[in-house]
Amino acid sequence: MAGVGSACLVVGLLTALYAAGASLYGGRSGRREWVTSGRRAIYCLAALMVAAFAILESAFLRSDLSYALVAEGSSTDTPGFYKVTAVWATQDGSLLLWSTLLALFSSAVLFLTRRSLREIAPYATAVLGCVAAFFLLLMVGWENPFDTLAVPPAEGAGLNPLLRHPAMMIHPPMLYTGYVGFSIPFAFAVGALITRHTGADWIRATRRFALVAWTFLSAGIMLGALWSYTELGWGGYWGWDPVENASLMPWLVGTAFLHSIMVQEKRGMLKVWNVSLICGTFALALLGTFLVRSGILESIHAFGASTIGVQFLVFIALVVLLSATLILWRLPDLRSRARLDSLLSREAFFLLNNLVLVALALVILWGTFFPLISEALTGKEASVGPPWFNRLTTPLALVLVLLAGIGPVLTWRRVTARSLVRVVRVPVLVTAVALASLLAFTDAASSVPSLAMFCFVAFVLSVVAQEFWRGASARRVMTGESWPRAVARLTGRNRRRYGGYLVHAGIAVLFLGVAGSSAFLDQRDVRLSPGDTVDVGDYQVTYRKATAKLGGDDAGTGAPVSLGAVLDVRKGGEHFTLRPSRNYYSSPDPSLGPISRFFEGEATSEVDVRWGLRRDLWLAVRPDLASLEGPIREADRRFSDSPGDVQALVIAALAERYRSNPPPAAFRAIVSPLVSWIWIGGAIALLGALVAAWPSPEARLRRVRSLYAARVGRELSRA
Amino acid sequence: MDPARKRKIRLGVALGVAVFLAAALIYTSFSASTEASKPSQIEPGRSYEVTGKVVKGSISRHGDELRFRIRDRDGTASVPVSYAGVVPDPFREGREVIVSGELKQGTFVAERDSLVTKCPSKFSKDEQRS
Repeated sequence: MAGVGSACLVVGLLTALYAAGASLYGGRSGRREWVTSGRRAIYCLAALMVAAFAILESAFLRSDLSYALVAEGSSTDTPGFYKVTAVWATQDGSLLLWSTLLALFSSAVLFLTRRSLREIAPYATAVLGCVAAFFLLLMVGWENPFDTLAVPPAEGAGLNPLLRHPAMMIHPPMLYTGYVGFSIPFAFAVGALITRHTGADWIRATRRFALVAWTFLSAGIMLGALWSYTELGWGGYWGWDPVENASLMPWLVGTAFLHSIMVQEKRGMLKVWNVSLICGTFALALLGTFLVRSGILESIHAFGASTIGVQFLVFIALVVLLSATLILWRLPDLRSRARLDSLLSREAFFLLNNLVLVALALVILWGTFFPLISEALTGKEASVGPPWFNRLTTPLALVLVLLAGIGPVLTWRRVTARSLVRVVRVPVLVTAVALASLLAFTDAASSVPSLAMFCFVAFVLSVVAQEFWRGASARRVMTGESWPRAVARLTGRNRRRYGGYLVHAGIAVLFLGVAGSSAFLDQRDVRLSPGDTVDVGDYQVTYRKATAKLGGDDAGTGAPVSLGAVLDVRKGGEHFTLRPSRNYYSSPDPSLGPISRFFEGEATSEVDVRWGLRRDLWLAVRPDLASLEGPIREADRRFSDSPGDVQALVIAALAERYRSNPPPAAFRAIVSPLVSWIWIGGAIALLGALVAAWPSPEARLRRVRSLYAARVGRELSRA
Repeated sequence: MDPARKRKIRLGVALGVAVFLAAALIYTSFSASTEASKPSQIEPGRSYEVTGKVVKGSISRHGDELRFRIRDRDGTASVPVSYAGVVPDPFREGREVIVSGELKQGTFVAERDSLVTKCPSKFSKDEQRS
């Protein structure tokens, strides 16, 4: 089957090139049959990629170790769910996933626009074909996921234990869907530029794709943060790591794009800006994939180690250069007649929000690439840490949240002072009350940025609530509906607008969590023996006893050994138990002894969290195996030739020894206020994005009617 | 004021702000950056942020203290490290780490909780193979 998979890739590469060539020729010569053929080639490509992906997926499910990729990234003892997802934990597999998603997305958009955008679509098809061809070329030329081994190993290396977490397994496809999704508006923007159809048609056709891409990218980033919080054992959700920044940069520019296209749709302005933003988003999405895969940021020297780094860089450079040239070349066509009427208007604030988002992206880009910049300029390898990122992004984030509150209440063109006062009166009052009560009842004033953020969040939420209230009460006056029904109808009829409000509310809630958990965190790192107690915040944490589990950790990751702790927590009258543990995975390293390889391999923290709306109590344990080192060495010597079940008994005895006579263990305890609101806010924002992206029944009706009208027109002209 | 003049002023202000922000960005990044050094470069008397690979077979624990050696990424020069605090999960022999501290009597005494390990999604294939 591996041969079939490889063949799918080669045929897919040829199909993608044909699609690009045929639609380009069809577009230039005006021969529609070639355009149709190019479009159908993309459908074919999607079928080929799905087939290839299914073949690889089934190899992982069967643990067919003759596939090099399966032997590297999975094993027979990897749990079933993680076998499914181990495909995209590998580099080749994630390239295949990227191109499969790209082919599917391209097919969907080309199918939906097959009767519209006649001029732009052929060129967009060509762009999508070229992007797909690039990824297929990478696989065919350098990173074939279907490489086989002449001598399959007896057992695979298994999935990296750190990645054995539900959030981490859905996270990559979400991110990739987001990255890939932005290639659709990019392709149509390029098509619009080439054909000089620089109106808002290409935006209308691909806006929903951009929104869906944004939703997936947001979900991917949120899942990554959740994984960091619950799996990495350091207790944070964001560390300004290059791979995190890689996903945030296209998100920021993509968010700017989603806002500024509204200005072009309504006022015909910002055309240059919009095409630049979407080209930037796509380039950053490629850069994101590249950063994660190339390892360039550890060092410029590690660059050569990656097999596809150079190719990626060349492709990104090509995308940036060609887009920039195209935009400059079409500059005369992108002039808009409309001008900014007033600085106090919705479009002016959209522009401001865009500038802040792009500034954030640039700051992060600079910081992420600073090691390379510094090495190039000064010859010294230097880096900037999280404090630098925090210092620069905090003011920008504050402005952004404030703008998210002001923007929605402004009208297009010009806002009169009277109408402005009318719409911000209540929110400003709410904000003032919030500020007063924060100062009176909490110690929020100890962190000025957080205090400001709390106030801005109150402002945004009250603006959104007021908008819903005004809209719903207007409906009630006209229709006499009940409140919930009026709100539901209002949202259903104006999905884009009210979905957008929900997203703003969600982001505000998210920043509530960020402000609370970053400034008021209480963290303790302690060593405790059973019976010892430590105070963290208002909690009294007592280490009751040690635990040891074999062959079945609580999280179901397939860890052979799991050592942990039971802790009693008290706070006033409240009382509960937390059970953090640490999973040990056997190392494939042959130089280790048969017993010690179970203790010296990968190990991951399985933290336990008491989730709460006001605060989380987060606990991680790191058992000290020093006291076991002697017995493990001895067991290595004595049982090196024993059968597997005897060795299993020995490991069980060692684990039991740890459980019954536990040495002091290292604990990290964190009281993190409001951190849950990050996940809640993220969920609200995603819900809002879904509402905004969901096609409304009226729009569908309109589309059907216009298609019907077109057909009647055709029939009449024929008659 | 006529609109064209007004627009020019606006553009000027916007460009001025942009230049100011860019300058702030560049200045803060260079002043706040920490230089990454190789184990072979460090000398006593000042603090460093050292990047290197954990030498195989060098990790040992002594109560609260974790001892290991780190070597140059592309060399063999190495220095012993004494570290206390939280050890990140991906910390293993042969893996790249970053740690801050100062050289005292031949041993690199690390600041508490300063140990950072590479993020797992960057683990290259070769590393998994080894």
